[in-house]
Amino acid sequence: MSETVAPAIATAQGQAQVGRPVVHESSLRHVTGSAPYIDDLREPAGTLHVAPGWCREAARGRIRAVDLAAVRAHPGVVAVLTAADVPGINDCSPSVGGDPVFADESIRFHGQVVFAVVAETRASARAAARLARFDVEVERPAVTVADAVDRDSDVLPPYEFVKGDAEAAIAAAPHRLAESVFVGGQEHFYLETQIAFAEPLDGGEIRIVSSTQHPTEVSHVAARVLALPEAMTPCECRRMGGGFGGKESQATQWAVIAALAARLTGRPAKLRLDRDDDMIMTGKRHDMRVDWRAGFDDAGRVAAVDVCFLARCGHSADLSQGVVDRTLFHADNAYDYPAAAVRSRRLLTDTVSNTAFRGFGGPQGVAFAERLMDAIAIRLDRDPLDVRYANLYPDHDAPTHGATPYGQSVDDGVLGRLMRELERTSSYRARVEEIDAFNLTSPFLRRGIALTPVKFGISFTLMHLNQAGALVHVYADGSVAVNHGGTEMGQGLNTKILQIVADVFGLPLGRVRIAATSTAKVPNTAPTAASSGSDLNGMAALNAASAIRERLAVTAAGLLGCAVAEVRFAGGRVHGPDRSFSFADVARQAHLARVSLSATGFYATPDIVWDRAAAHGRPFFYFAQGAACAEVLLDTLTGEMRVVRVDLLHDVGRSLNPAIDLGQIEGAFIQGMGWLTSEELVFDAAGRLKTHAPSTYKIPTARDTPADFRVRLWEGGGAAAETVHHSKAVGEPPLMLALSVHSAILRALTSLAPGRLPPLDLPATPQAIVAAVRALRHPAADAGGAA
Amino acid sequence: MREAIRYLSRGRLVELRDVAPTEMLLDHLRLRLGRTGTKEGCGEGDCGACTVALGRLEDGRMVYEPICACIRPTATIDGCELVTIEDLAAEGALHPIQEALVRHHGAQCGFCTPGIVMSLFTLWANEGEVDREAVLDRLAGNLCRCTGYRPIVDAALEACDARADARPPVPFAARAGASAEALAALAADDDDLFLGDETRFFAAPRRMETLLALAGAFPDATLLAGATDVGLWVTKQGRDLARVIHLGRVEGLDAIEEDGDAITLGATVSLERAGHALGRLDPDVAEVFRRIGGAQVRASGTIGGNIANGSPIGDTPPMLIALDASLELVGGDRVRHVALEDFFLDYGRQDRAPGEILTRIRVPRLGPGQAFRAYKIAKRHDQDISTLLAAIRLTIADRRIVEARIAFGGMAGTPRRALGAEAALVGASLDEAASWRAALEDLRADFTPLSDLRGAADYRTEVSVALLGKALAEIAGTESGKTRIRPRREEAGR
Repeated sequence: MSETVAPAIATAQGQAQVGRPVVHESSLRHVTGSAPYIDDLREPAGTLHVAPGWCREAARGRIRAVDLAAVRAHPGVVAVLTAADVPGINDCSPSVGGDPVFADESIRFHGQVVFAVVAETRASARAAARLARFDVEVERPAVTVADAVDRDSDVLPPYEFVKGDAEAAIAAAPHRLAESVFVGGQEHFYLETQIAFAEPLDGGEIRIVSSTQHPTEVSHVAARVLALPEAMTPCECRRMGGGFGGKESQATQWAVIAALAARLTGRPAKLRLDRDDDMIMTGKRHDMRVDWRAGFDDAGRVAAVDVCFLARCGHSADLSQGVVDRTLFHADNAYDYPAAAVRSRRLLTDTVSNTAFRGFGGPQGVAFAERLMDAIAIRLDRDPLDVRYANLYPDHDAPTHGATPYGQSVDDGVLGRLMRELERTSSYRARVEEIDAFNLTSPFLRRGIALTPVKFGISFTLMHLNQAGALVHVYADGSVAVNHGGTEMGQGLNTKILQIVADVFGLPLGRVRIAATSTAKVPNTAPTAASSGSDLNGMAALNAASAIRERLAVTAAGLLGCAVAEVRFAGGRVHGPDRSFSFADVARQAHLARVSLSATGFYATPDIVWDRAAAHGRPFFYFAQGAACAEVLLDTLTGEMRVVRVDLLHDVGRSLNPAIDLGQIEGAFIQGMGWLTSEELVFDAAGRLKTHAPSTYKIPTARDTPADFRVRLWEGGGAAAETVHHSKAVGEPPLMLALSVHSAILRALTSLAPGRLPPLDLPATPQAIVAAVRALRHPAADAGGAA
Repeated sequence: MREAIRYLSRGRLVELRDVAPTEMLLDHLRLRLGRTGTKEGCGEGDCGACTVALGRLEDGRMVYEPICACIRPTATIDGCELVTIEDLAAEGALHPIQEALVRHHGAQCGFCTPGIVMSLFTLWANEGEVDREAVLDRLAGNLCRCTGYRPIVDAALEACDARADARPPVPFAARAGASAEALAALAADDDDLFLGDETRFFAAPRRMETLLALAGAFPDATLLAGATDVGLWVTKQGRDLARVIHLGRVEGLDAIEEDGDAITLGATVSLERAGHALGRLDPDVAEVFRRIGGAQVRASGTIGGNIANGSPIGDTPPMLIALDASLELVGGDRVRHVALEDFFLDYGRQDRAPGEILTRIRVPRLGPGQAFRAYKIAKRHDQDISTLLAAIRLTIADRRIVEARIAFGGMAGTPRRALGAEAALVGASLDEAASWRAALEDLRADFTPLSDLRGAADYRTEVSVALLGKALAEIAGTESGKTRIRPRREEAGR
């Protein structure tokens, strides 16, 4: 199919596939509905269905008793699972514990699973799950950041980066600002809700099929809960209907419950969450209150910042250590702070445990940095873009480089050049003039424009995760199978790996097959996260395939009568200087000659060091960078907002697949725009999520996409780092480009009251915009803004 | 009396006898038929992953409409052709919409894709120009979390542009004539439909008298029209529906009658058709209809349902109240007429007796000197529930307001008029903004809105005042390009 939709640019260089806009390997199956997701797989006879049971009346409190009699008596119910049924350890935490599979003594958030019903049909399981009667000593929950600060409860210790003496530098600066701003959370809203299937196999093995970004962790935790060796709980995943971080740690619980059901009943078992349950029971992007102070000079150059991120982590640690660390890592975004105190608290609230979400804490840090730039510009009445330029880390070819608050030299910067290019291609300056003129004469419709950068560190900051494995088989007919440790969630990882492996052997894509990700094939993998999927697994697959090619080259050299160095693999054939054999012939001959045609590949990211205790090191292999220019139109009376035009320019190095990379950039931008505009999580005082369905939680629709949307890959230069084919990670960084929308809204609002920072929280819902307008118009009633 | 439902699928007539009123079409497809191409994303008609197409004859032409299979009771597709994602491609040839989506990289995770294909298929299959606005309207009910939509919109535009040259996969086209014939035969069926017995049934009467008899005999039965609300009782609240009376087959109940004074809609006119008909009254009416749910919800949901379920945030009632609409209700042999504003008694309570059926809605046209404006405010422009909705009809003589009808949704427990503001506007001049001030002030006292997840009380009050001011400015002559972020579409209707 790919040949017909994007003609092959076959070259003799063995680079026929990498770099081409090949369509997603499942695209034909996607559009015909024949790509099976877990719920679409044919159920083996006797498959049972599992539904979680929970207490709708309490967010926090000791469980005195749970009466499950009516649940057990419901027609079709086969078993009811509780903490007492767990043979191993009743915990599914990805980190330090605190995430019981089934709540035992107390309820710690509204939606926490207390039991699970196993029944003959899904309808029966779900109906029965509603019939439990709870006796709980209900306590008032801490729901918000403010509640947790009042209660002084933390889920993990505070942590900070310190560079220079920020306090003194702020005090000495010609200008100072302080503010407290709220950055909202975000629901993942992957279209496929959490799901897992488990079946008992030979000798007590439980095979798990999970919609997970982290099959290894599912396998590992299932083993811990079931008291089995990990070798007995293999986990596989062919594809997810979206992940976005929401299936990094929080797919595990559902897989483990399905595995437990299979183990205890001896029958296959499937658990798929209903959408509302999914939204209530699984964690989201951390919302944070950001308290900051900064000092700066007349040119808008930052002297120092002191910022504290108060992160709402929920009831348990989950991944909050890494998430909030990454907020700190990105509190500078692209800006060189001469002095900085970057601090954090990880607050314990009686709410669902917040988790990974595309950007993994980074977006909140970047949001602060961009807020700071806007605030300085507004205070000094300068163009925010000039303030950004004044603070940017120098580009890689500058005489000196800046250093981040955690000590990494920023020696691969390209944003100075990239932003100036975008400034030119977006006609930023001319549009600023036009917009200012419009705003002078428009009574209440206001326009705004902003150009903002993103610099995002690539590598897991938990060092041991920066490794990957792959397993490649060449069959004697010349077809190739690839397994790797990454998972496909729509981001096109499998397509990129197909391209990489096909090129190693000089084969068309149709000769290479990617098999479902399985811990039985490639063990001890990292989650597919941190934008690292292609960097890590692509390199591992490249290594595995190259090992086989080296062996095949020896066989081929013998057949071709040439030196091994002269053998080339291209166009489905293996070439010598004067003749060639088909790849299949060479594979067959190698097999007959008893050459191994199977290899594992391994990759560990080089050159990264991180000492968390010292808060110092070089945790990132490189930085991914890009910039966005967004223009908005606001109705300051109703708060309605429309994104009129967006220009994106993003550096992906030498793209493995420009079509897939553009898709990641655009998709991330729109997802980020949703986070910053219409997506609002509302919890009531009793700790209940009120926005637990798409009827009440509003992700962008097609109409919200700007009609004028210009997206380009930057052609200014490849990656400095030795990545796979010199490509760069792309999954998360462009999400933060959406902050240009928020900054544009701020600028539109600023036209109402120049010189005053609009007290606009994130997301900028219509109501938040109207509140900011009110505060700007009636300054006395507003406590925010300049200090 | 017929005791089986019948629908057309892949050129074959399917008959079903054992279908519970609560069995949704999505479960029917996935669990009974093993057709798993159609996905469940939310189970409440908001994400569109479960979109399938229903074909029916309209004035002798085949018309395909998208619906959400997750909340559509299987029994209510009686008489339709069902087209699912599995039916489009044939013998390896993709439908042009599918082909364009592949070429434009319109699928990433692919889970929303079958629903998007089916929505766009309905756009492609029906006549009419397809521009970007039409694509966006059609996609409003399909959420995609991966792509950011641009490639999907591009693919849709390209495929629809090439419609004249494109040939859909042969079996599908070959079937079209036969399908139309078969549907015509189904439509000619005058039998009442009844599945079950007196204790549990699904009834879909054809004759009005049967409907009234059933409604009278079983006043506790659930009256079902498009199921865009009742469907959620089943999928989200787990409710059982023992007795269901479906209105969708009742002859004449879906008629649209127009005369010089008014447009009268039968209660089961879909929101989509109602929007077309009433949209001709004023572009704002058309726009509010365009923003009700997605195309799937508008194809299933009915004007009668939108009124009769009594939601304080239904989008049509405030608009229809401002337009001075009235209802016809029939119970047994009694017919009565009620002004729409009097139908809403209190939160969750309407002036409809058990067994009584809302049959028709009469909407007067705008008279000479009358101007109308409506504004829907929501967190998201498309497919969102209103935070508030304002509808304003002014009667003007010599640039003075002689009558005002102003109704709001989302400001009280029912859709309600702003009587204080209305009174204060009488006599005001369009040319003196100062003469509007009393009405804008009085509007604050007309309502005591609640705070909820869609908006705080003070936000609602403040915006309500702004919207009335905006309407006055526009009617006085300010171009809507200066008052709205999306200017009013001055060409009436669609």
